[in-house]
Amino acid sequence: MAQIGQPISRLEGKLKVTGAAKYSGEYNVPDLLYGYVVNSSVTKGKIVTIHTGDAEALTGVVKVFTHLNRPGTAWFDMQYSDMDAPPGAPFRPLHNEEIKFNGQPIALVVAETFEAARQGASMIRVDYQESAFETDLKKHLDAAREPKKGMATMLKPPPPKPTGDFEKAYAEAAFKASAEFTHGTEHHNPMELFTTTTLYDGKGKLTIYDKTQGTINCQLYVGNVFGLHFKNVRVVSPFVGGAFGSGLRPQYQLFLSVMAALDLKRHVRVTLDRSQMFTFGHRPQTVQYTRFGATAGGKITALNHRSVAETSQFEDYTENVANWSPMIYPAGNTLLEQKLVPLDVNSPTDMRAPGGCTGLHAIEATMDELSYKLKIDPLELRLINYSTFNTAENKPYSSKQLKECYLQGAEQFGWSKRSAEPRSMRKGHKLVGYGMATGIWDAMQLPARAEAKITKDGKLHVKSAVTDIGVGTLTVMTQIAADEFGLPMEDVVFSYGDSKLPFAPIQGGSFTTATVGTAIVFASKALKKKLLKIAKSSNPGFKDAEPEELVFKDGLMLYKEHSVTLLELVAANKDKPVRTTNLGYPHALKLRKYSRAVHSASFVEVEVDEELGSVKVTRALTAVAAGRIINPKTARSQVLGGMVWSISKALMEETILDANLGKYMNQNLAEYHIPVHADINELDVLFVKEEDKVINELGIKGVGEVGLVAMPPAIANAIYHATGKRINQFPIHFDKLIDL
Amino acid sequence: MNNFSYQRAATLSDVVGKSTFVAGGTNLLDLMKYNLSNADTLIDVNALTDFHAIEEVPDGLRLGSLATNADTAYDSLVENRYPLLSKAILAGASAQIRNMATNGGNLLQRTRCYYFYDAHAPCNKRVPGSGCSAIKGYNRNMAILGTSDQCIAVYPSDMSVALSALDAVVNVSGLNGERSIAFEDFHRLPGDTPEIDNNLQPGELITSIDLPEKTFTKNYSYLKLRDRSSYAFALISVASALELEGDTIQEARIALGGVAHKPWRVKEAEQYLTGKKTDRQNFAAAADIILQGAVGFEHNAFKIELAKRAIIRNCIMALDPSTQLPGAQPSA
Repeated sequence: MAQIGQPISRLEGKLKVTGAAKYSGEYNVPDLLYGYVVNSSVTKGKIVTIHTGDAEALTGVVKVFTHLNRPGTAWFDMQYSDMDAPPGAPFRPLHNEEIKFNGQPIALVVAETFEAARQGASMIRVDYQESAFETDLKKHLDAAREPKKGMATMLKPPPPKPTGDFEKAYAEAAFKASAEFTHGTEHHNPMELFTTTTLYDGKGKLTIYDKTQGTINCQLYVGNVFGLHFKNVRVVSPFVGGAFGSGLRPQYQLFLSVMAALDLKRHVRVTLDRSQMFTFGHRPQTVQYTRFGATAGGKITALNHRSVAETSQFEDYTENVANWSPMIYPAGNTLLEQKLVPLDVNSPTDMRAPGGCTGLHAIEATMDELSYKLKIDPLELRLINYSTFNTAENKPYSSKQLKECYLQGAEQFGWSKRSAEPRSMRKGHKLVGYGMATGIWDAMQLPARAEAKITKDGKLHVKSAVTDIGVGTLTVMTQIAADEFGLPMEDVVFSYGDSKLPFAPIQGGSFTTATVGTAIVFASKALKKKLLKIAKSSNPGFKDAEPEELVFKDGLMLYKEHSVTLLELVAANKDKPVRTTNLGYPHALKLRKYSRAVHSASFVEVEVDEELGSVKVTRALTAVAAGRIINPKTARSQVLGGMVWSISKALMEETILDANLGKYMNQNLAEYHIPVHADINELDVLFVKEEDKVINELGIKGVGEVGLVAMPPAIANAIYHATGKRINQFPIHFDKLIDL
Repeated sequence: MNNFSYQRAATLSDVVGKSTFVAGGTNLLDLMKYNLSNADTLIDVNALTDFHAIEEVPDGLRLGSLATNADTAYDSLVENRYPLLSKAILAGASAQIRNMATNGGNLLQRTRCYYFYDAHAPCNKRVPGSGCSAIKGYNRNMAILGTSDQCIAVYPSDMSVALSALDAVVNVSGLNGERSIAFEDFHRLPGDTPEIDNNLQPGELITSIDLPEKTFTKNYSYLKLRDRSSYAFALISVASALELEGDTIQEARIALGGVAHKPWRVKEAEQYLTGKKTDRQNFAAAADIILQGAVGFEHNAFKIELAKRAIIRNCIMALDPSTQLPGAQPSA
């Protein structure tokens, strides 16, 4: 039976729910030291004096590290750059006396116990020389400038150049919609705290248990920053308790843990507490402006989307907010812009559908507004402007079944029961609204390596350094490998989350299954060739066989009427495992004629209390076209998760920035609101059939971000339909929905 | 967080005159982790078995100060006789916190003002004289009634809103013996001393809370407006308890949460309703009286109008308590 397409539960699920899964903060060894971080309480300025004496005198404290006694590290910015580093000079912990953002780590107290380290940290007093700071994006929109380009620009290209004449087309458009959108800062807040446990193995060798989305990314960073040979740095991360992008870059607890371990020649763990998770990467504040024009028949003729986002003073973090509209709607006249304003904050970092879920809100809410002006059903407006051609790249999509998402989604949701006018549907004193929106995300694939090996017990071992950030990677990779050799799941062992395994890029952007899955297919192909070679030397029946003619099934390799067991093949290899490591990569030549994207459509019903404003998302459906679905159960979970985060994004989530103090005020999960169970009602996911023979060997596009791009605007649009109020600021607080 | 010594008190005499007490610890431990409370000694009072019970007393019900919020909310005497209190408790915190938190601790929980919780931001409640960051800061969840130019923090308890409406009495024990404090006199407005939350004297321990005879079992409702359906403090909450004869109000109690430094009750509004019909206009007029003098700030001015609407809705829901939804959400 083929494993691909089966709704197989996570292989590590039991370990997780029973507490047996070990996370980076749970690797306990004798003589472990604990580090606790001290963070700056000012936003900008200089440390004049840092009083560490009381802490150093505290029983149990081993050493206090500050910028004054920090061991030497690499000189050049480049050495601090990681795979996800934006252009600029990466932040260096304890580098010097300068304070660049509130909460900047300024000292590490290392002690024999966690408690002593924490108490020591509370005893450190700092005299600062404060300088004026700016953290409010809205006050500095006029300072917006073009982002710098760098390595990161490859995955996040700037918006396409203007086409046609937007201003003219917009001026002449029969119908227009324009709006301004505001999104505040958000923090990832995965459940697991950020922890690094560095084991000092002697002679400068380290085994590092880290919470990360990229074991090799962290290995390279540690090697570069601390001048260590890469083979002496092993980064292990088998379980990750959520990350949402916050683990894409090496975070400062990794630096500090390694620094202390090398200096003290001891094992050191550094754990950041919940409020310290508000001191690194975050989703940036943005302000967006849209102007869309259409003919009386609803054809979009002009698209203008501008975004201004914050970044730090030292890196130009950019995410693609304004790129998407011509990828969805063909319009002859487009003008897209993305600009940055550097502020006195830490660098933003990719977070849950970075850019996409910000930009799609503006695009899809503007489309919704246009639909009311045109008096065309919002779904119909999307269908009028439907195209399988990507005008932004001037290429057709390798596949695009978005229309089926629209149609099947609308049917299952009951979209036809919607009455056109805002405030026209009600239930008791609740106003009822239906809203829909389109979702899109790049279907990316990066190069990665994988090892495939058959051992003398007939088991297939597949290996990759990739992490499993909780999305089902272990299960899905095992399924892919099992099908390559026609094996049951039990006969396949997938090893992962370890930098000593074959190269995998950071896990993010919904590209992991396509990237590592393809590497497994490539390695499997190579392994089949090796097996055939062995068969040819030991079994004359295979003499004329070509690798493509082989069939693998039930532990057998078959060619016409001939068969040999995998066990026999390993035996013929003198019981030595048959093994190969290969690079899997996208077919650049084949792919360059096509655009690649995953699509979705969300349909949402909300109820809004007319008097009190209280909002409830009573039901929602997201239809997804994501190529071949390897595991419908984990894929559905991914999209359901995205839908829960959509409710969070649209209605609840916000990091409250006090611009007078230059700091975030709600640094805990009591006040940083994400949904509770009682906020989640009926959610459903629909995968439409989409075959893509071009994109990669397996026809995979990847699900993840696509669950979070369409639904937030669908919620906003449903609220408009219910109340007649167009709230373009996320989160939409219920008090904005009452007439005062 | 600092090191501290921990003592387990066995009898009341081990306790009175001392500080700092810990029972459920659901708020105190947070404050300690944030370096906002730095007691050298914690005296664990959980072993004082006299104060765990929920028992009938001649004129009502006595809630032990050490009974947990969960045990109180699900106690059959409370559920049957003071359903308003049960609903209010269950609208607060999360199941896990309610399992740990005690009734005495609930009364003593400190504000959730962001600026109070930030050890470095100016805050008159934390560091008297340092200033109030909330007045010109982000004040969506701050007070609109009874504020001072020193402090606009809100007292966050849901339970206390119901206790206020029910005219509960707080029994305390201290070096000078026992005394009882009417609920409305227990918590304070910030005035010039925002650092003092209530009128408990140093070294006094809350031993129990008495609920008087009037139970309002027929017509009651608790409504809580907040950004998510659980584990969020009220932007506005309302406890309504009515005694009716037909559609005429014999007695009304209305208390607000989330709007002031203490549960907010205006007797004048309750008197206004006495003898009136249970119609919307009368509730609206009472709401206007309750909100008299309310002052909004940059982000919370909406609370004035929304509080009025919440009062009206909640009083109407109290006419038919079956309209109350779990979690004290607005009726469907």
